[in-house]
Parts: sequence; C-alpha cells; structure tokens
Amino acid sequence: MRIGIVDYDAGNLTSVETALRRIGADFFTTADPDAIFEADRVVFPGVGEARAAMEVLNARGLSEALRRYADSGRLILGICVGAQVILDASDERDVSCLALIPGRARRFPVSELKVPQIGWNGVEHDNQALFAGVPSGGEFYFVHSYYPAPAETRDTIGWTEYGVRFASAFRRDNVYAVQFHPEKSGPYGLRVLTNFITMKEQ
Amino acid sequence: MLRKRVIVCLDVRDGKTTKGIKFSENVDIGDPVEMAETYYREGVDELVFYDITASAERRGIMLDVVRRVAERIFVPFAVGGGIASVDDMRAVLLAGAEKVSVNSQAVRNPDIISTGAMRFGAQCIVLAMDVKADPRVPSGYRVVIDGGRVETELDARDWARRAVELGAGEIVVNSIDTDGVKNGYEITLTRMISEAVGVPVVASGGAGVPEHLREVLVDGKADAALVASMVHFGEYSIPTIKQYLQTHGVSVRASAAPF
Repeated sequence: MRIGIVDYDAGNLTSVETALRRIGADFFTTADPDAIFEADRVVFPGVGEARAAMEVLNARGLSEALRRYADSGRLILGICVGAQVILDASDERDVSCLALIPGRARRFPVSELKVPQIGWNGVEHDNQALFAGVPSGGEFYFVHSYYPAPAETRDTIGWTEYGVRFASAFRRDNVYAVQFHPEKSGPYGLRVLTNFITMKEQ
Repeated sequence: MLRKRVIVCLDVRDGKTTKGIKFSENVDIGDPVEMAETYYREGVDELVFYDITASAERRGIMLDVVRRVAERIFVPFAVGGGIASVDDMRAVLLAGAEKVSVNSQAVRNPDIISTGAMRFGAQCIVLAMDVKADPRVPSGYRVVIDGGRVETELDARDWARRAVELGAGEIVVNSIDTDGVKNGYEITLTRMISEAVGVPVVASGGAGVPEHLREVLVDGKADAALVASMVHFGEYSIPTIKQYLQTHGVSVRASAAPF
C-alpha cells in the first residue's frame, strides 16, 4: 500500500510525513499531478487559506488530477483546509473548490467563542472504519476559522460542537475528509491515519 | 466543547532542559527530547520549548532538538527564544514545530508578527509577553523584555491587542511577578488580556498546585495553562493535574492509551 502526499505549498507537510513514518506507512510526497496516480491512496493536507490553496491546485493541474483520482475510486483523505476544499466552495473569499462532495466551508458565526478554534475538541462518530479503535467523543486537535458544511446530512461521519455542531469528518464513497489534524492528535490521530491506510474499500 | 489545554514548558539551554527561578539560578534538569516524550505519553496537550541558549553559534543545537522532538511526539508544540526573522521562523517550522513564539524581538520589531502571519498563517504565530505589575501604565501592567531585565513603554493590554491586529494567533501571558514562585498565576492580568483579545490566551508563571490551573482557566478565563516546575520535579504528573481539573468542572482532554 503506497500513500501519496499531495504537496501544494499549503503549509508544512513535515508533521504529516513524520506521523506516517511513525505508523510504518510506505509513502511519497509529490507536487506532480501525474505522480499522484502512482499512489494507492492519497493524503491531501493543508493549512492556511482556501483561496490560496485553490489557486495553487488549479495552477499546477492538481485540481484536475485530484478529480480524476477520485473518479478512479481510490481513497483520498483531505485534512483541514484539504478537507474544506473537497467541498464545492468556501466562504473564505468566496472561492470555488474541488466539488468532490457537495457543500461548502462556512465561517464560524460571530459569538463569544474565539475564532480560530484552536485546541482539542471531541468528535462524536458513528463507528465507521476510519474511526476504528477511537471512542465516540474522543478528542482531536483543531485549528480553523471555517468549518465544513456538507450539503447532505448522510455524508457526515463525525460531529463536533463549537458554537455550531459541524461536520468534523465527512465522507462520500472513496473520498474522506477530516477538519482536525490527525497528525497532531496524539494516539487517536495516529489511529485514524492507520485506519485510513489499512481499511478495506467499502 | 473545546477543552482547556495543559501545556508543559521546557526551557532549553545548549540542548538541555534547564529551570531557573525568576530568570536566574538555572540548573540542567534533563534531556528535552526524552522529557517531551514522557509528557506526550502522559497526555500533555501541547508543549513549548524556549531556547535560552546564550550564543547564536549554538542555535543549531535547538533545531536538532526540534527535529528529534517532532519525530517522537504527535501533539502540537511551539518553539520560542531567539526568533528574530522570518527565516528563523521557517527553520523552526520546517524542523517540525507547529508554532513559533516571539517575545522581545516582536517588541523591537512588530513587523515580524505581520510578516510571519502572512507567510505561515496566524495560527503559527504566538506572541509571548513578559509582564510586570506597574500602576504607572493604564492597565496596571507593563511589558518587559530580555527576560524581565528591560522595561518597555508598552502597556500589556495595548500590546496584546496590537499583536492580534498584526496577526498573532495566540497570546502567552507570563507574569514576571509570579513566575517561578509557585503561588498561583496572575489571575487579574490573565483575565484582562483574555477579555481584551479574540484569540486564545495561555497563562504562564506561578503554577504550584493543580488548583492554580483551575483558578486561571476558570476565573482568569485562560484557554490554556502553562506548567513547568510542578511537573519537572515530579511533584505532579499530567494525569493527576488533569484528573483534578476534570473533577472540578474544567473540561480537559482525556488521556488515550499510547498507539
């Protein structure tokens, strides 16, 4: 099982690489749209801003490549901004995204809560394979100002409360997305990454 | 619900963890990488490493520490001390740190906050401020730099607000008056800063017993509390602190078995 990490200048990939190394994954990192097809599964991280991320993905032909990769039926895992841009669009400077799953990333509403959300929060989940070995409500590490809002309720597989109850994990067929940072979420995070590279396609 | 964080702080000098009281009388207390791994296994939520290495030539040692820490712990950590440029920030982030912390350098050159935030994102940029009670400034607290030795003209509340406008994603408020004396955090100061800014505030300086953390996380409205001596010398462990907090109404992350 060979994992491809998509590199598109959207922040630091070191921690994702280090986490995959720790769990014994066979992986490579690439910015080449053709090279991702050599991967059995793709991890698609990202920090920063959705619009900046999309500009780089479009300019390098990676948007098209990721759409084709998704069509091939192989598994994709988007992380943080990588999860948000899997949706149709983001409120962050109103940018069109990859549209692999219907929905959009929304700004947290103005409230007493601090934005960005930074820190550990619980993820309630419905025991899908991605969360095997993690109790529902187990904590993961979040850093974000926008949250994923998939259009269809049935696509959500993990829920987190921060002023609003939002989809901290969602999935349609072979495309998975998590708003939290599994690579920085301690034992549960490593567990989720392990599940992603070992689970059967379903 | 977002959990309150317990952060362990390690001062690192020439590659060794060290601990001083009120910025003096430092003694070496262990290997930062091994200590970090122990705290990680115990369920610490985050770590911060301050490089207090005196000579610039030996700074490379710190980057090596950062790299080795990143290979062994899978929770976020910040690195501060001697970060004077965007290149310094980049080096630390590429070595595997999640965040960089700026202090005196940001007072001298506030642009480092905005440039860093633009380049790496506000979530990466932590402003740490050393603060001293001083009735001569409007908020009653003055910013000091260079380990507390030099007074500035800055009012602590104004500086916190300004730093957030410039792009700081988090503020660490360290009280020079309470640091190292284990009588509790500066609650009034922490609460004032937390109410003044819309980003998370980390309380620092003065933790001696778990109740001190409860006080600053609840009454002081801090989002996270930094501890050092109380865990470094084995008086308390991360699980005992968290258990205390949880049973006293503060929501913290449960520890997970190592994976």
